Amino acid sequence: MSTVKLTVNGKAVAVDVEDRTLLVQLLRDHLNLTGTHVGCDTSQCGACVVHMDGRAVKSCTMLAGQADGASITTIEGIAKGAELHPMQAAFRDNHGLQCGYCTPGMIMSAIDIVQRHGGQLDEATVRHELEGNICRCTGYHNIVKAVLDAAGRMKVSQAAE
Amino acid sequence: MYQTKYHRASSVDEAVSLFGKSSEAKFLAGGQTLLPVMKQRLASPSDVIDLGKIKELQGVELSGDTLTIKAGTTYYDIMTNADVKKAIPAIAHLTSVLGDPAVRYRGTIGGSIANNDPAADFPAALLALGATVKTNKRSIAAEDFFQGLFSTALEDGEIITAVAFPVPAKAGYEKMRHPASRFALTGVFVAQTKSGEVRVAATGASQSGVMRVPAIEAALKANWSPSAIDSVSISANGLLADIHGTAEYRANLVKVMAQRAVAAAG
Repeated sequence: MSTVKLTVNGKAVAVDVEDRTLLVQLLRDHLNLTGTHVGCDTSQCGACVVHMDGRAVKSCTMLAGQADGASITTIEGIAKGAELHPMQAAFRDNHGLQCGYCTPGMIMSAIDIVQRHGGQLDEATVRHELEGNICRCTGYHNIVKAVLDAAGRMKVSQAAE
Repeated sequence: MYQTKYHRASSVDEAVSLFGKSSEAKFLAGGQTLLPVMKQRLASPSDVIDLGKIKELQGVELSGDTLTIKAGTTYYDIMTNADVKKAIPAIAHLTSVLGDPAVRYRGTIGGSIANNDPAADFPAALLALGATVKTNKRSIAAEDFFQGLFSTALEDGEIITAVAFPVPAKAGYEKMRHPASRFALTGVFVAQTKSGEVRVAATGASQSGVMRVPAIEAALKANWSPSAIDSVSISANGLLADIHGTAEYRANLVKVMAQRAVAAAG
């Protein structure tokens, strides 16, 4: 057992876990943050994507100990109270989800994509960059639409801040 | 995953010392291969020694005609590094088609070559560019470093610290990606050194891991153009065959990827 200290959604936490614990298990089983999903558990589907120090990573392919000292943001940490994050709002408005299982990972990856590309996003780039996130319902069309829509909204909300 | 003991090393020396104190330790770099293998219970190290926070293993240096990438540098940091893009853009391209964005944030060049997966991308770059692998003990030429499937010249407790690439006159890398795993079904790295030597390496093709392709090297030495490879014949003997492609298919891919890589190199 080890104590892992990290910041999750802005809150400092210390969790005692077995050394073999994965980051996703720490989030779901120890902190009850079950918005982060386990889909394939083989680092292919991206349902478990969270942000670690601002970078979108697959939390099923990291030991909790590797995140010691890091700042983690999960899907639960991106809305401002009742106000959805622009990416969440865009997914809702564009019907970017059906069953919703992949959605938390899609949204966390998509925010990272927009942050890296800024205003340079086009459809081909979004499709290429979403390679690590698998959706079995939507055929991706509305997800891509949502990401492009959100890219515009995120620029506006950044400018307003 | 079986039980294991996690250690975080803050220096290469500390990592080596931790390794010496454990019975069956493994070094953990980005963990994009080791952790999935441990989750499948195909590996069960008693101890995992994390190299991810060792500062001396991070970064890129361009000095004269040598581009040195420290072993712990992630694919993303390699892909976006200004010196890499300037000196050997083919390496920046290689990292951009490796895995997916989340994997590129975590996976490292040192982890990739230490694992020496027969379909990994970086071994082809090292072999084609004539790179040197630096460890905490010695320097190893790429030819001597890769020793077949998942096998390298590394000894127990030896840690890769950096890879030194001679900056080539021209280089290109193209691969046929497996659409699910994004590994190379076959990938070919072509390079023309500043002294005019032509070196070509293929990954994902041979049953013995990354390999040079002398027939294509000879053709390109005579005429550096995609069409020079048209008449080259690649034998399917000793090439990988699986549900994704036959040995004959991969033999053809070696040619086609080499042609595309030469076109990309210009």
